[in-house]
Amino acid sequence: MANVAPVGETAGSIPRLRRGFRFQWEPVQNGYVLLYPEGMVKLNESAGAILREVDGQRTVQDIVCALERAFPEAGPLAGDVNEFLQHAREQHWIDFS
Amino acid sequence: MTAPISAPDGDKATNVGPPLWLLAELTYRCPLQCPYCSNPLDFAQTQQELSTEDWVKVLRQGRDMGAAQLGFSGGEPLVRSDLQELIAEARHLGYYSNLITSGLGLTESKVEAFASAGLDHIQVSFQASDPELNNAVAGSRKAFEQKLAMARAVKEAGYPMVLNFVIHRHNIHQMTDIMVLCDRLGADYVELATCQYYGWAFKNREGLMPSRRQLEKAEREVNEYRARQAEAGSEMKLIFVTPDYYEERPKACMNGWGNLFLTVAPDGTALPCHSARLLPIDFPNVRDKGLKQIWYDSPGFNHYRGDRWMPEPCRSCDEKDKDFGGCRCQAFLLTGNADNADPVCSKSAHHDRILAARQAADHATAGIEELTYRNTGNSRMFFRG
Repeated sequence: MANVAPVGETAGSIPRLRRGFRFQWEPVQNGYVLLYPEGMVKLNESAGAILREVDGQRTVQDIVCALERAFPEAGPLAGDVNEFLQHAREQHWIDFS
Repeated sequence: MTAPISAPDGDKATNVGPPLWLLAELTYRCPLQCPYCSNPLDFAQTQQELSTEDWVKVLRQGRDMGAAQLGFSGGEPLVRSDLQELIAEARHLGYYSNLITSGLGLTESKVEAFASAGLDHIQVSFQASDPELNNAVAGSRKAFEQKLAMARAVKEAGYPMVLNFVIHRHNIHQMTDIMVLCDRLGADYVELATCQYYGWAFKNREGLMPSRRQLEKAEREVNEYRARQAEAGSEMKLIFVTPDYYEERPKACMNGWGNLFLTVAPDGTALPCHSARLLPIDFPNVRDKGLKQIWYDSPGFNHYRGDRWMPEPCRSCDEKDKDFGGCRCQAFLLTGNADNADPVCSKSAHHDRILAARQAADHATAGIEELTYRNTGNSRMFFRG
């Protein structure tokens, strides 16, 4: 795996969930989860907030803007969002177009 | 270990989280006869399968309790004519649904129809990388071609392609061929699951268990293949499940008894895992009780929760929170008492049974044809006595 950040460097790329992955709210777990063949990941609050914006339409830039609007007290979020999306890609949860 | 974020309504037992995984064993009927089947030996005794209405009720109750992953399994779940209806109900309720199938009885139009009904994933099992061996293990002459066709149909319909191979001494030499076949089919996930010895597999253990030498060769092949994949940029995910009989510490079976997994057998018996009905424990039936009561309050599900039931060497062991003493079914099958430590553990007083099995695997010579095949005729022998 390359050390140079391969995602996010183009803020115009569009992340989307990979085939077979489903993101949903689970009331009993009081959180968002990611479901895939025979597996489930419980997402923490910030991961859930980011993946909620991933709809296969919006660019990384759009997502950063939406989150900065929703959480103005959090300051600039591009770094956190990129870091998480890269992690999500390494985990094979998402890809980019 | 269990750290439920929020206890669901009516949770009286402390520290018991919800059953996040529901396995619906729709039927024990199956067109194949694999000699390592995990179904009970006396499956032919099961008369009355749950009705569609019963299953819908189970799905609803499970989802209310927080179950999110749903497996449709068997036997061969495709023999149930209400499968599509159950898939649609599962999707409606918000489950992520997995169909675990041999591929026999599947057609391209069913693959499409199930997708429209909301099925998320189909796992197709194979027995080997070539038709001769595959069909000999499955006890069916046309199985391999059908599986290939259905694996392709699954991919074409847009599902993630998940292929499962049960590995044993008669196909473990095909490891590389199996991975090549999966690559060629375009698999996303491949499970190379070394046989676990329950049900028919326990009965046939001597004829199935690979020797250490076979296993080490297989591990090398998987590692070499992974290295090749990394170079080629292949995204196929290989999951190699190694056999616990060659470990010195037991597996954390089911992630703990009655912790995450709830299985409902074809006749409605609710179980903490699909092989637990071999234990001398009374398990409740969904025809008589609601799933919530079964999960939180039944003696069967509470039997091995926590660690107060543990005798030595588990009781004072500093690893007991990690592996929960291993597998209750394995303890029962190998020692006659399900309370005992799983004999896989080198601290177990019965670890010699594992050592003996390893030794037997070094000298086994039986051919495939000598295995006891899983079929109704053979099953009847186990309850007629």
